[in-house]
Amino acid sequence: MLSRTADHLYWMSRYIERAESLARLVDAHYRMSLLPHDDAALALSLKSTMKALHMEDAYQEKHATIEPRAVFDFVSLDREYSGSIFSCLRAARENARAVRGSLTSELWETLNSTWLDARSLVSRRAPHADIGTFVEWVKERSHLTRGVTVGTMLRDEAFHFTRIGTFLERADSTARILTAHQTDLKPGADAGSVPDPFEWSVLLRALSAFEVYRRVYRDVITPVKVAQLLILRDDMPRSLLRCCKEVYSNLRSVANEHSAETERRAGEMHAMLHFTRMENILEFGLPEFLGQFLAKVRDLGDRVAYDFLVPPAEA
Amino acid sequence: MFLSDGTTRPHYLSYDHWLGEQPPERLAQKRAEADALFHRVGITFAVYGQEEGAERLIPFDIVPRVLPLEEWIRLEAGLKQRVRALNAFIHDIYHDQQILKAGVIPPESVLCNSQYRPEMQGVDVPGGIYAHIAGIDIVRDDAGEFRVLEDNLRVPSGVSYMLENRKMMMRLFPELFSSNRVAPVEHYPDVLLDNLRSVAPTGVADPTVVLMTAGAHNSAYFEHAFLAQQMGIELVEGQDMFVRDEAVFMRTTQGPQRVDVIYRRIDDDFLDPLVFRPDSMLGVPGLLTAYRAGRITIANAIGTGVADDKSIYPYVPEMIRFYLGQAPIIGNVHTWMLRKKDDLAYVLAHLPELVVKEVHGAGGYGMLIGPASTKAEIEAFRRQIIATPERYIAQPTLALSTSPTFAAEGLAPRHIDLRPFVLSGRDVTIVPGGLTRVALREGSLVVNSSQGGGTKDTWVLEA
Repeated sequence: MLSRTADHLYWMSRYIERAESLARLVDAHYRMSLLPHDDAALALSLKSTMKALHMEDAYQEKHATIEPRAVFDFVSLDREYSGSIFSCLRAARENARAVRGSLTSELWETLNSTWLDARSLVSRRAPHADIGTFVEWVKERSHLTRGVTVGTMLRDEAFHFTRIGTFLERADSTARILTAHQTDLKPGADAGSVPDPFEWSVLLRALSAFEVYRRVYRDVITPVKVAQLLILRDDMPRSLLRCCKEVYSNLRSVANEHSAETERRAGEMHAMLHFTRMENILEFGLPEFLGQFLAKVRDLGDRVAYDFLVPPAEA
Repeated sequence: MFLSDGTTRPHYLSYDHWLGEQPPERLAQKRAEADALFHRVGITFAVYGQEEGAERLIPFDIVPRVLPLEEWIRLEAGLKQRVRALNAFIHDIYHDQQILKAGVIPPESVLCNSQYRPEMQGVDVPGGIYAHIAGIDIVRDDAGEFRVLEDNLRVPSGVSYMLENRKMMMRLFPELFSSNRVAPVEHYPDVLLDNLRSVAPTGVADPTVVLMTAGAHNSAYFEHAFLAQQMGIELVEGQDMFVRDEAVFMRTTQGPQRVDVIYRRIDDDFLDPLVFRPDSMLGVPGLLTAYRAGRITIANAIGTGVADDKSIYPYVPEMIRFYLGQAPIIGNVHTWMLRKKDDLAYVLAHLPELVVKEVHGAGGYGMLIGPASTKAEIEAFRRQIIATPERYIAQPTLALSTSPTFAAEGLAPRHIDLRPFVLSGRDVTIVPGGLTRVALREGSLVVNSSQGGGTKDTWVLEA
């Protein structure tokens, strides 16, 4: 397939996945803001989340203080900020439109109507309208998009590049959310020493892991188990291991004559997560581990672009 | 649809009967449904010079235009004849120029034409076919006769609307298709692909065909993406291709892949920055070299514009006689060529009743419609004509036939034309019907989508 087509498909799915990740984060914090809560703790969680997502500077250009409503609006609906959910939906649709011929009509129509609906939602909404409904809707549209992708696309290169985009983005997003909460996940931090239980539920809900945690551990929430679930569980759809496994297997399916090193690095990441133990990660230091992981994800993204999407200049 | 005495034309009887039974609310609801569907599917076109809402729908009218089979058969024969002659003409112009030597067409109107491409002189193209895809605009005159208004031989568009309109009608009113035998059009993409494969460079067993677009911001992008998808071929931009050793390749995830046939939807001027416009970012450097070496087929060929130019149009009936030795089955609309003294004098004396068009204009821009213009507009145009008469032709204001169309006040007559798509390759083929365009403003004669025109489904009724 055309390199440019693969590039658009890859970014289309990255943007949809990013919109969903952001929607989850907003949703988790929004729910907490509706319950009796400690304002300072909520603000702190929002602040560290924005920091991990590199959104802080853009936010501060528009707002002096971290105020939950303003953050929700900024992350969800800001038309000018290129990192908002709204902008991600637009970017996903623009990428899809550039290659609509390579998508199934169902997939194109799903992305197109998501964008058309988002636009009309945003243009007719009253200030501070129900942000909860909006992010809930974004999650649904992302689920639908993924379902249509898996349910209608031929399992060819187009599909694999779409999947590579999805899982690289998801690995990046999970690692960033963990980074935002790394102080709570420090070795030695124990269930008893957790300052506020809502920190945990925000984290777990943002990754659709709250119910999963209960089901898997049937136990109180402890930092080590949370980290274990989100980093090393193979059966947890948003864990780092799961994402790396998907990236690796999809990369193998599209391998070309100069992608061997990229494939090796993806395989190495997968193997490392597969065979390591939580104790090793904690010994190494969780922040260091996450920092290194994010760097590797970025490297992999660059290499995918180089090998497949932006081919080297023709000799 | 109706005869002058108010009775229904025979081929519309069944539809008219059905229409009479439909409650107005149902029709209104169906029209809204059609709009919503077109939006969701993204069947839009981009309007140049408008930032906000740059993608718009082409209004779709739910009343079909019906052609009886016997009329279509005659029209089809006339179209095939015309396109064969046009292809013969282009081949001749870029080879021996017999028609110029015979004095049928004045050489300067061909050789000094900006659409004439000296680069094509002596170049042989597969099968001698230049205009692989032709969109011939047809109108019906006051006597009910079909006439050709314009030949479009460069990058004619609109066929996606023909296909989508049919799909929409079948979705909205399935019952109409079980009670009427409407000739199908859905196979157009198959015929087109087969046609494109048939003109691949000689010796290529399994040719790779691509569709070349200027990109997602082009006004006809929807159609490009749609046709590429329907044919299952790659939709490429200039940046996706490169030329090496006089062969054309596209950049793929598996490395360079050879391309044999380019169905291009961008103008000659942008194809190769080394030969044509050097500032073009849309083209492929070296493409013309590969083309002249016979390593790639470009459809339509480079230089077809010389045959659809309005200054050449008046000679097409002569071409049919010259190359085919036949009498034209469909005639032209009478045309005054203002570079001729007598014609100019006549036209200047009758401006308020004529249509004046720029020779190189397209898309309904740069024209004067006498009866619909103010005195001041006519006088301004008169000055332009006197300054450069050779840039213009004039035609009588046709009493273009009308067809009932939904308007604000309900069903009302609106002017229409018809653009059938004629495919030339191994053979000449036309899917029955074409795109019917309709001028939605009352009394308007301009059917172009860029100027507020709409479209209708077109039915060729088999008995």
